[in-house]
Amino acid sequence: MTVLLDKARQRQTQVTGFILLALALLLALFLAPGAVGDATFRLSRPNDVWPVPNLIVPGGVFVYVASAFMAFLGVRLFLSGGAKWAPLILGIGLAVAVAAFLVWATAGKSFSLTGMLQASLVRAVPIALGGLAGVLSERVAVVNIGIEGMLLAGAFTGALVGSLAGGLAGLAAAVAVGGVFGFALAALVVTYRMDQIIAGVFINLFVLGVTSYVSSQVFQEYRALNNAPVFRAIEIPILSDLPVIGPVLFSQNIFVYGAFILAGIATYYLFHTRHGLRARAVGEHPRAADTLGINVYRTRYINVTVAGMVAGFGGAWFTLGSVGRFDEGMTGGRGFIGLAAMIFGRWHPVGALLAALVFGFADSLQQKLALLGTPIPSEFLAMAPYIATIVVVAGVVGRARAPAADGKPYVKE
Amino acid sequence: MSDATTNATQGHLLGRTQVEDLFIVPAFALVAALIIGTVVMLATGVTLSTIGQSYVALLRGSVGSVNAVSETLTAALPLILAGLGLALGFRAGLFNIGAEGQIIMGGLAAVVAGVALGDLPKVFALPGALAAGALVGAFYASIAGWLKAATGAHEVISTIMLNLISYRLLDYLLRTPLIQKEGRADPISKSVPDAAELPKLLTFIDVNLRLHAGIFLTLVMVFVAYWLLFRSKLGFEFRASGENPIAARVAGMNASLTIVLAMAIAGSLAGLAGANQTLGVLDRATPGFSAGIGFDAIAVALLGRSHPIGVLFAGLLFGALEAGGRQMQVDAGVSIDLIGIIQSLVIVFIAAPLLVKAIFPWGFKRSGTP
Repeated sequence: MTVLLDKARQRQTQVTGFILLALALLLALFLAPGAVGDATFRLSRPNDVWPVPNLIVPGGVFVYVASAFMAFLGVRLFLSGGAKWAPLILGIGLAVAVAAFLVWATAGKSFSLTGMLQASLVRAVPIALGGLAGVLSERVAVVNIGIEGMLLAGAFTGALVGSLAGGLAGLAAAVAVGGVFGFALAALVVTYRMDQIIAGVFINLFVLGVTSYVSSQVFQEYRALNNAPVFRAIEIPILSDLPVIGPVLFSQNIFVYGAFILAGIATYYLFHTRHGLRARAVGEHPRAADTLGINVYRTRYINVTVAGMVAGFGGAWFTLGSVGRFDEGMTGGRGFIGLAAMIFGRWHPVGALLAALVFGFADSLQQKLALLGTPIPSEFLAMAPYIATIVVVAGVVGRARAPAADGKPYVKE
Repeated sequence: MSDATTNATQGHLLGRTQVEDLFIVPAFALVAALIIGTVVMLATGVTLSTIGQSYVALLRGSVGSVNAVSETLTAALPLILAGLGLALGFRAGLFNIGAEGQIIMGGLAAVVAGVALGDLPKVFALPGALAAGALVGAFYASIAGWLKAATGAHEVISTIMLNLISYRLLDYLLRTPLIQKEGRADPISKSVPDAAELPKLLTFIDVNLRLHAGIFLTLVMVFVAYWLLFRSKLGFEFRASGENPIAARVAGMNASLTIVLAMAIAGSLAGLAGANQTLGVLDRATPGFSAGIGFDAIAVALLGRSHPIGVLFAGLLFGALEAGGRQMQVDAGVSIDLIGIIQSLVIVFIAAPLLVKAIFPWGFKRSGTP
């Protein structure tokens, strides 16, 4: 068995090494010749309290050095096979690739790095909260494919209730509705022992159906029902004046702060409390947990319901945290990217959050690059987060270990 | 197992549990879904008389006339084709959500091949276009299969990402000179030449009837899928890997190859579904031409219990809901999105027989503890 595992791991490392090598070649052959002139990255906004000079990088040189470095990493991975640090090397390699790409796109122009980082954080929010919801439910061994639907339900409820009763009420309702769907998922898979994937797919299709139906049946006619107030950014005194990290970290709305706080709370809960230990026991070995007197079913119900509430909060970001209006299917696969973030983050809340930041970065990168006017068609830029997800899931899965009982129903004897 | 022996000893074709499983559960599932659909309509302020009117329209639009039946069949064909592919995947233990992307890529490839082969006689052009659709669909699906076999990447996530990528790819490709219709600025493909079109079958009754020769292709594929799954060695390997991957590996089956082949065959059927749409119904490819067929096909495959004959009937039911739903929107002004709700509810009730038994205790064997 271990031989098989080692062989699979070796092959996987070789695949990731190959990907890095291919990327390095692409950079050197296609991007480097086009990177003429210096790339100017603006770090400060005009009216900042403490201005910082711009970061200026020579285009061509940087791209060549970057591709050489990536080629080195790729070859190392390809030859070493099953290296312990393979995921880290892959991460570094991809980060270098992205930096080189950015320099190439900006060569001869100037670009607000701070603005992009700020947008990255904002765009990471639904992915981070989706990933966190995934962590909470998979730690008790319930695979939650329905996160996409829970996000959508949160977005819809936030817009509807927010329009009627104000932002805070909308947020509370979104969290509650997320919780309802979490509870429904728990009921389907725990009590009715339905296949977990099918139950999740059902939630996605059902929420998509209901929200699309109501928005075409009701919102078209009564537009006032779909016009919610948006939560403004809260500037944290002094800290928000800091260069670069001020606007990025300390001048955001409650969803961004909420994602960070919730990731912290979830980490404390899962790894430093009695209930968290019990929850993890249920995810690893439900029979043993049951024998020790832990109520497996109740633990799963509670965790999956809370996961739903977290996803509902994340869903409200789409409406209350950004545009205030609900559109059909507006979550656009963020819930699934959240699941990828969970895997990338090794089923750890903080890991999922960091992984979500990577995806958020990819997402805001493609948006800003479209503005920079690169020769790459915008459709291909829009694919970037999705391709990143595939690369991550292919490059990291298998190394990261899912909770042992993940996806398996538990039948009490 | 015990059920089968009971049948054999008592000489019944179908056992009690099988009857429950194949007929009673789906029937109750549909009833429950329609009831909840009514509740949803009431909750959004649709009056009772309109609700009655909309269910009449649903029936009339699906089986009420020759045109309705033609529309039902036309809507059912791609659902059955893609559903067959998904069913094969499910049997092999692969939860392929990527039919939508495979339909897009296959449908687009069929248009491109159809345009390229348009000057040839029909006996070459049509099969060539269909084959292109199947091949490209197979290729696109096998990316996810290869990723799973080579790295263990879960097919649910990778197929969803491939779906999202295919939307963008379609938008891009529809603007490239090879594919875009001459003199158009918006993303729309060239029209499929007559030689590559699936011929319409019922134009002798009424020129507007849309039923096309894809129905023969679909029926053939139902039998091919049945044969492949239950009569061939490959199908046995699919089912064995799906039910117990470790046992299958110990028995000497190549797990990686099985995964890639199962995905490729599923993708080729979804690609045919796409070709069926572009060559038979739409006559061209446009953004979003897949229209969610790939997702509805998941429901069709589940409802059909991943059995080709079951998929055939489930596809007909969903085709009827689709065609009836359009009539419902016209006659009663109720949004066709309601059909989406009803379809998702059918899935949940089908997949959780315990739930159906809890709601409708009638018609089930008393002692039948699961």
